[in-house]
Amino acid sequence: MKSQIDTNFSRRNFLKTSALVSGGLLIGFNFLTACKAEAVMPVDIASLNFNDFNAFIKISDEGYVTIFSPNPEIGQGVKTSMPMIIAEELDIDWKNVAVSQGSLDTNNFTRQLAGGSQSIRFGWDALRQTGATARQMLVNAAAQKWNVEASSCTTSKGIITNANGDKFGYGEVVNEAALLEVPEDVKLKEIKDFTIIGQEIVNVDIDKIITGKPLFGLDYKADGMLYASVLRPPAFGQVLESFDATEAKKVKGVLDVITIGDKVRDYLKSGKSNWTFVVSETDKVVVIAENTWAAIKGKKALLATWKTVTEAESTEMHDKVLTDILDGEKFNTRREDGDIKKAFASADKVIEKTYHSPFLPHNCMEPMNFYANVTAEKVHLAGPVQTPEYAAQVVADLLGYELDKVHLDMTRMGGGFGRRLYGDFVYEAAEISDAIKKPVQLISTREDDMTTGIYKPAVKYRIKAALKDGKVSGYYLKEAAIGGSMYGAISNFFPAGCIPNFKVDTESYKSNVTTGAWRAPYTNFLAFAEQSFFDELASELNVDTIQLRLDLLQNVKGTTDEKIEYSGQRMEDTIKLVREKANWGKTEEGVYQGFSAYYSHNTHVAEVADIVLKDGFPVLKKVTVAVDCGIVVNPTGARNQVEGGVLDGIGHAMYSDFSFKEGKPEFKNFDTYRLIRMQETPKVVVHFVENNLSPTGLGEPGLPPAGGAVANAIHAALGKRLYRQPFIKELNKSSVLG
Amino acid sequence: MPNYTLQINGEKKSFTADEDTPLLWVLRDELNLVGTKFGCGIAQCGACTVHLDGVAVRSCQLQVSILSDEKITTIEGLSTDGKHPVQEAWKELDVPQCGYCQSGQIMTASAFLSQNKNPSEDDIREAMNGNICRCASYNRIENAVKVASEKMSS
Repeated sequence: MKSQIDTNFSRRNFLKTSALVSGGLLIGFNFLTACKAEAVMPVDIASLNFNDFNAFIKISDEGYVTIFSPNPEIGQGVKTSMPMIIAEELDIDWKNVAVSQGSLDTNNFTRQLAGGSQSIRFGWDALRQTGATARQMLVNAAAQKWNVEASSCTTSKGIITNANGDKFGYGEVVNEAALLEVPEDVKLKEIKDFTIIGQEIVNVDIDKIITGKPLFGLDYKADGMLYASVLRPPAFGQVLESFDATEAKKVKGVLDVITIGDKVRDYLKSGKSNWTFVVSETDKVVVIAENTWAAIKGKKALLATWKTVTEAESTEMHDKVLTDILDGEKFNTRREDGDIKKAFASADKVIEKTYHSPFLPHNCMEPMNFYANVTAEKVHLAGPVQTPEYAAQVVADLLGYELDKVHLDMTRMGGGFGRRLYGDFVYEAAEISDAIKKPVQLISTREDDMTTGIYKPAVKYRIKAALKDGKVSGYYLKEAAIGGSMYGAISNFFPAGCIPNFKVDTESYKSNVTTGAWRAPYTNFLAFAEQSFFDELASELNVDTIQLRLDLLQNVKGTTDEKIEYSGQRMEDTIKLVREKANWGKTEEGVYQGFSAYYSHNTHVAEVADIVLKDGFPVLKKVTVAVDCGIVVNPTGARNQVEGGVLDGIGHAMYSDFSFKEGKPEFKNFDTYRLIRMQETPKVVVHFVENNLSPTGLGEPGLPPAGGAVANAIHAALGKRLYRQPFIKELNKSSVLG
Repeated sequence: MPNYTLQINGEKKSFTADEDTPLLWVLRDELNLVGTKFGCGIAQCGACTVHLDGVAVRSCQLQVSILSDEKITTIEGLSTDGKHPVQEAWKELDVPQCGYCQSGQIMTASAFLSQNKNPSEDDIREAMNGNICRCASYNRIENAVKVASEKMSS
């Protein structure tokens, strides 16, 4: 199995220490790279410097530990789980640990990015190493004080004990520890000795969340801060022609109406680029107001005319474009094994099906927003963005500041799902503040977010299988997508390596509709298509659908193909666990089951959906999930991610639709756009495969298999195959209740 | 702009606002009570839920000019110590993911439980159906409402 990254980062010089002027030990460290030799450790908390260090640990002389980390928290729980890993190796009582969101100056970051379910996977080794090194420093300091060998001392819950039974709390030796050399080659704990990892640790922000304390971007306030709403073209393909702000300026609280767009065009002309920069070149009209309501009302009162400069696209046109791609010959081949032509020519039977999915908006509950204060000397930014280092870099380039003059404060994010990987709202806020020379918060309405989004691409898959002598002898997957193609690794996910004659082709259409990553990019729909298709193949071959997967997986075990991403053994173990826990095939009368399994983001997941019929209509009761994500750092947080991912996957597969007419999105708010609600939810029961392998991410992998499990259960109940999302349109009923 | 005085979390609060300003934006922008969240602006998501004389309402739909001496409670005033049984249940079950919708969920749940002390599973699912959680932490919200109801009846 291929390892995408080398986590054996240099253990040298990744960590530095200082004595705090207020007393206590401060440790600055980096996740993946060495600290720069010239990096200077701060000696007070007010001047923590995240240019040179990814994070800091403070150990006070009372023995309390505070971890300062700017890693973005979008609800995936890393603000809790990453400090748990440090605390484990540091050997401290969790109740003496506090976690503080560091602010962010952005140079030299290796991974201050929330996306791709990779935070824990990337951080695991480095965080353990850091905690263990800090612990060893404290032990060394104590040993020196006692004049004994450090190896004769032990630690537990923040207490160091020597062979005579003498004890020091960590706080009692921090000042001495700060003066010692950083030890190398420290010993990590045995996994069996973990006392914090594997415990159910409640989200570190829970008290603030349940009492409504300011945490999110929209909660950010600064003296003199104004509010800005942005009018963008109502249709893709349009640019601003002219506008009349007379009525808008009459709205009480509206201070000014301006346009922005020059800076973005200059940036594009300069030849600079950045993958997070997905911004239209049009001028935009901005209402500056004293408060949010005036900004919203002022924008409604604007009169603008728009000019169509590129094709006004529609869903019918998108549908035809994608079908034409699938019917055509022009593709990029992403993987090819054996000879699929021969396999199809010699097949006993060939099966081909086409699967359809719409564009989807992200609909983070907290609409896009950002604070910017541009002054002659510097730029201060604050808010929710999944890629802070890129956002700061683009703003520096956009406005012509050195990067070290751009300071970005991270807030908690009211959901991400990929939308906040793109910093368009940060650049707009910066351009507005630069224009008015005042601090400003850019705000958005739900309609802004839903109609001027960066959508999940509309995708169709056509899958063709050759069946010969009761086996799948050939497999050909074609992807047609608008605005993107599956990322490189996906063509090496299951069933690659399991079928001798195999091919994955992709082709995309470049649309003026902006598209980007959406939770579990591509696999969010591909898993449904493939897992439905395999269910259909199992029916055709008259074999148990789980047995078909297990038989296929035998072919990938022991593969020497380094491109193969997943593990046949781990997938098999995961599938067997869900088969057992879901009572597969042994449920009571009237319960219909559907199975689906998928590997993505380095995690193996298998799911079984249970459906009953109520007045002939499917009601989803339960989804049983088995997950292999290696060591489970924080089981409550881990289950929460999987439960949410499964329901999110079901919700979007079942209910969420999106369409365009004359370039305009036809869904604007939650009155017509459906997100799953409580009455539609089944119970999700999560089981983890127990092993001692390094942990992998959970923000995304629960989602991809969910749609297939539900579709296959609906087939078991009704005999109807589903090929098009959202399912509700094919089921022709208003609701499938949980 | 006119002056208003409202009863919010047991205190009289005075401010100026345009008469059509929704209570939501008065709370957030004028009174710095930012626990009440903006999600959709059309009463479809429940993120802005507050109590008006103990009843759960959508503050994005309540124009400030129609309010007078009603008792308004926001998440900040639900309890003085964060220990309302619903808040405690939320903590016990580690409900939130991103957390943005949760104050609205808690306000809907607490108003509902003050009316229905011993709700069935169906009652809970119906009562909470108006609040969207984009992270889909629905299983935990449902269980937490149940746990809170048990705390309140014991």
